[in-house]
Amino acid sequence: MNKIESNKGWLFVLPVFIVVAFSAVIPLMTVVNYSVQDVFDANTRFFTGTEWYRDMLNNPQLQGALIRQFIFSFTILAIEVPLGILVALMMPKKGWQASLALVLVSLPLLIPLNVVGTIWQVFTRTDIGLMGWGIRELGYAYNISRNSGDAWATIILMDVWHWTPLIALLCYSGLRAIPEAYYQAARIDQASRWAVFRFIQLPKLINVLVIGVLIRFMDSFMIYAEPFVLTGGGPGSSTTFLSQALTAMAIGQFDLGPAAAFSIIYFLIILAVSFVFYTTIMHMQKDKTTSKSGE
Amino acid sequence: MTQSTATGQTVSTPKSRQSALANARYKKESALKSNIGLTVYLILLILPIYWLVNMSFKTNQEILGALTFFPADFTLANYKQILTDPSWYNGYINSMTYVAMNMTISLLVALPAAYAFSRYKFVGDKHLFFWLLTNKMAPPAVFALPFFQLYSSIGLFDTHIAVALAHCLFNVALAVWILEGFMSGVPIEIDETAYIDGYKFWNFFIKIYIPLIRSGIGVTAFFLFMFSWIELLLARTLTATNAQPIQAIMTRTAGASGIDWGLLAAAGVLTILPGILVIYFVRNHVAKGFALGRT
Amino acid sequence: MAQITLNSLAHSYSANPQGPEDYAIREMQHVWEQGGAYALLGPSGCGKSTLLNIISGLLQPSNGEILFDDIRVNDLKPEQRNIAQVFQFPVVYDTMTVFDNLAFPLRNIGVPEHKVKSKVYEVAEVLELTEQLKRKAKGLSADQKQKVSMGRGLVRDDVSAILFDEPLTVIDPQLKWKLRRKLKQIHKQFNTTMVYVTHDQLEASTFADKIALMYEGQIVQFGTPRELFESPRHTFVGYFIGSPGMNFIRPELTSRGLEFEGQLMPVNEEMIEKIRKLGTSNIKLGIRPEFVHVWTEANDDAFEVTIGDIEDLGTYRIMSFMFGSIPMKARLHEDQKVPVKNARVSFPEQWLKVYVDEYLLELTHE
Repeated sequence: MNKIESNKGWLFVLPVFIVVAFSAVIPLMTVVNYSVQDVFDANTRFFTGTEWYRDMLNNPQLQGALIRQFIFSFTILAIEVPLGILVALMMPKKGWQASLALVLVSLPLLIPLNVVGTIWQVFTRTDIGLMGWGIRELGYAYNISRNSGDAWATIILMDVWHWTPLIALLCYSGLRAIPEAYYQAARIDQASRWAVFRFIQLPKLINVLVIGVLIRFMDSFMIYAEPFVLTGGGPGSSTTFLSQALTAMAIGQFDLGPAAAFSIIYFLIILAVSFVFYTTIMHMQKDKTTSKSGE
Repeated sequence: MTQSTATGQTVSTPKSRQSALANARYKKESALKSNIGLTVYLILLILPIYWLVNMSFKTNQEILGALTFFPADFTLANYKQILTDPSWYNGYINSMTYVAMNMTISLLVALPAAYAFSRYKFVGDKHLFFWLLTNKMAPPAVFALPFFQLYSSIGLFDTHIAVALAHCLFNVALAVWILEGFMSGVPIEIDETAYIDGYKFWNFFIKIYIPLIRSGIGVTAFFLFMFSWIELLLARTLTATNAQPIQAIMTRTAGASGIDWGLLAAAGVLTILPGILVIYFVRNHVAKGFALGRT
Repeated sequence: MAQITLNSLAHSYSANPQGPEDYAIREMQHVWEQGGAYALLGPSGCGKSTLLNIISGLLQPSNGEILFDDIRVNDLKPEQRNIAQVFQFPVVYDTMTVFDNLAFPLRNIGVPEHKVKSKVYEVAEVLELTEQLKRKAKGLSADQKQKVSMGRGLVRDDVSAILFDEPLTVIDPQLKWKLRRKLKQIHKQFNTTMVYVTHDQLEASTFADKIALMYEGQIVQFGTPRELFESPRHTFVGYFIGSPGMNFIRPELTSRGLEFEGQLMPVNEEMIEKIRKLGTSNIKLGIRPEFVHVWTEANDDAFEVTIGDIEDLGTYRIMSFMFGSIPMKARLHEDQKVPVKNARVSFPEQWLKVYVDEYLLELTHE
């Protein structure tokens, strides 16, 4: 695509710029402002420089939450991506079955986060929940408020339940974009099912998968309401992730300075990891355009 | 087999028949595997939701009594309570109001911006695009408190527009990103032809361009709805009573006498219904559009 | 390698076909002999691609059977039929190199690597792809991609047949000609049965030894390019083959013989007798522009006609004229004298073909 070189572009971008600046820049400045001050009340505050940052980086609570956050995000990605691809491959291509499968698969995506938490809270309770009760009946002393392993497994299961559909839908759509001739050629070439996946389907899925992984990484890194409702971050702090640690500090203890410094660090981590993904996407799109111009 | 070898020419025919049968069997088997796999997945997907629906039609005595797969004492009392009490059903109206506002604002500002990013090269375009994306990466927990202060200071606290604007933080970025992908797929020649035909820009944009990226807009709307509808943290922080979303109201079910499970379940079920409606409207765009124009 | 027999084959895309017009392929009987180079020629929508996909197994015919060397293959999947097919638009495996693309069909059937290598180099040599072997297929130009697609069809030398579905559509004219020669050369070298689908008669006649001309789901004639030209078996063949196509008139059967607008046509008695016996009114006479004889002086057998345009095409000229109320064309050599305004033309009896119900009527004895 040959883009027109013109700063007229700014005119079109201006509304977005204003809206986003209003809801991002001003609050972000507030956060930065807090992060370098010690606030006693509305009129008394001291400049503290990087003190809060150093405090926070050495804070064992934050460190613990950060490690748990990384383990959580990578675990769910490792499960959701292959499972999503598998589901997409199994979904029917046309007819009412396809519509039905699409609607059912999308269903979990549109449930409010805390309702997802509620659904799983109810579902896994050992007295009134089908799953909790079922596991107990099978002879395992399942208990998410005592056993941190159970709590982890349940939170991961919940996230896989909630978000695998996103990956599946992206991949399903990516698969539909492959022309039938590719499959025909592969049959003529006597390609195995695996070879068809590896050399035809997967290459076409890479673009959508990067988007899916990026969205999932960002969102899972911000996860808050679901574990909050399901486990409350427990037992102990074993399922307390970054967002919950932050809100506990900011709202619960009203430690604005440290919480602000925490926020900035938090934000920067997501930014850094996402940047790697983003450059990857841009790189791949560049590849794509060069091959297009070659045609 | 021995019989057929005796009759010379037919020897090959049964052989090929046999392999054909094996082939048909294999084909059926793999299709069957897919069907079984998908069915199992869909059942596991629906089970937690089913459990919630099941509970919503039960009385609390039944819920807390023995586990039943169908409501023995079928009751609509839970729904009746929600749908007749304004302090309950206003929650739904509030949620839908700010979600609709957010979708409108996001689409209105994102459409021209995405057009600019797909068509023009201008000073700082790449940086601006990345900056927009960083807002999708901003954890709501980071922004909750500054948003609270910002909207309180300008008198927007506890209004629908406050939540709608706050959700713009991540939704505008997402909308620009998705729409840009679709718009880049529309050949620039279309714009040029329209100008030669004497179209004024906005006329062209609304009458020709927008219909061309219908699927893209459908899918964008789906994502905007999704992320705004399911968000809890910001919506809860920025409202008190007048604009309080249903997600926050649901916490009322926990009272002194324990949790009113039936009511909680019914409230949860009612938050799923709008999502089903949205999926129904976009189902035809899903196959094409969910690849976000990036295949 | 195999002889391919189509036995009472028919195909309809609708689940419940009502009449012949619902069939993409109408019931046919046909044999492609082992080692032949064939073209399947016809206008778009005549069912040639459908027929090709049925042979390769991508499509299941609704009736009849396909035999490879007397073995029924109806229920075999394409991968079991051991057949190669090249599609109209290039299909390459983007993430592989050109070498891996060409090696793919061989590796899938477990050919040892050293053989793969020599075979890939051999095919790459023929298609002039040797220099691109190490490149990723993604970055190739469209015609290079199509060469890779064709190469994948050519690497296996044990295939029953190679099917080409208008493979040169995306290639520019110069290279087209070259590739067609290459295919012909490959055919001579490996002696594989090849079926080549096209809508271009020139392409068909340069590639194939025998052409099957399809029209409305049927093979209306199967023969050498010369046979198709000299004695079209069906009015459609006359019209479709040749440039311009055959001239047709609708004569009436009278007591004198076949008359057209009052003039008696040169058709022999025996033929007239045969037509009378058939008792049909759908009679057409056809003559190719190449065989219309144009006279400059008076001649007893010739008819007077009014001349229209003369189109000069370099080595020959096309003369349009009105034969009574019917426009016709004649082909003249470049050095032939062109008559002015009025001319006399005659139709040599041996080139004036009789069509009854659209099919050629011939005298059975020689």
